[in-house]
Amino acid sequence: MARAFDTVTVGEQLGPVTLPVTRTTLVAYADASLDQNPIHQDEEFATSVGLPDVIAHGMWTMGATGTVVSDWAGDTGRVVAYSTRFTKPVVVPRDGAEIVVTGVVTSVDEQARRATVELTTTAAGEKVLGRCVAVVRLD
Amino acid sequence: MTVNSEFAGRSYAPSGPYAVDAAMIAAFARAVGATDPLHTDADAARAAGYRDVIAPPTMAVRFAQRCSAEYVRDPEAGIDYSRVVHGEEGFVHHRPITAGDELTGTLTVDAIRQAGGHSMITTRCELVDAEGSPVCTETSTIVVRGGE
Repeated sequence: MARAFDTVTVGEQLGPVTLPVTRTTLVAYADASLDQNPIHQDEEFATSVGLPDVIAHGMWTMGATGTVVSDWAGDTGRVVAYSTRFTKPVVVPRDGAEIVVTGVVTSVDEQARRATVELTTTAAGEKVLGRCVAVVRLD
Repeated sequence: MTVNSEFAGRSYAPSGPYAVDAAMIAAFARAVGATDPLHTDADAARAAGYRDVIAPPTMAVRFAQRCSAEYVRDPEAGIDYSRVVHGEEGFVHHRPITAGDELTGTLTVDAIRQAGGHSMITTRCELVDAEGSPVCTETSTIVVRGGE
């Protein structure tokens, strides 16, 4: 059920939520998204084009980060706007990696019953997304 | 290869229709770790007011990237895809993408900018359903890194 507008306050925190990512995850994401770029699956290819290792699809990172706000919203269909910049890749070595997602409610719009959430996602201690913002329509 | 700035402002003929089904939504949800039952349980989705299971917010990219293929693969556009990195992505959902949808997308090249030897290309894909009602406005900025 969608979260009630009246229970939400500016400054409310989401997470931290730790989400694992493995190369199996990236193959599944490649199949589901139709993005089969080998830099997300093939270590030899990734290093041949100057990357440190296989990197996650930016859109995987955005999608996984989005689950935190969807879960908070209580209904994924209430995420009416969602945008980000990709500032650093998530490197996924053979034994996997993880991202850590936190969020904060930065504003609420009483008339539209909407809340704006800013999300921060880090991998290996570094921010990987910039200006990651979701707008959620509440009950 | 140089990005052709004359493509700025250009719109393409609608692409699709792309059929959306429950299995596609379940696979996408699983891949991004989305466990909301609205992605997999049609009864739960109907109870929440949807026609059927709904897609995670970022799944629109699967259709938007197919819409942009005609542009980015056009040799005249001058985009060397081996030099492309994804810079920004955004979605405005008019309603959630739902199993059973037949989506059609219209691509517009909103802007082509040059900075620091790189080209930044912003595209917009308007996804509509079989009735022509708006579903999602997707925007994407790719960075084509300049040659060394």
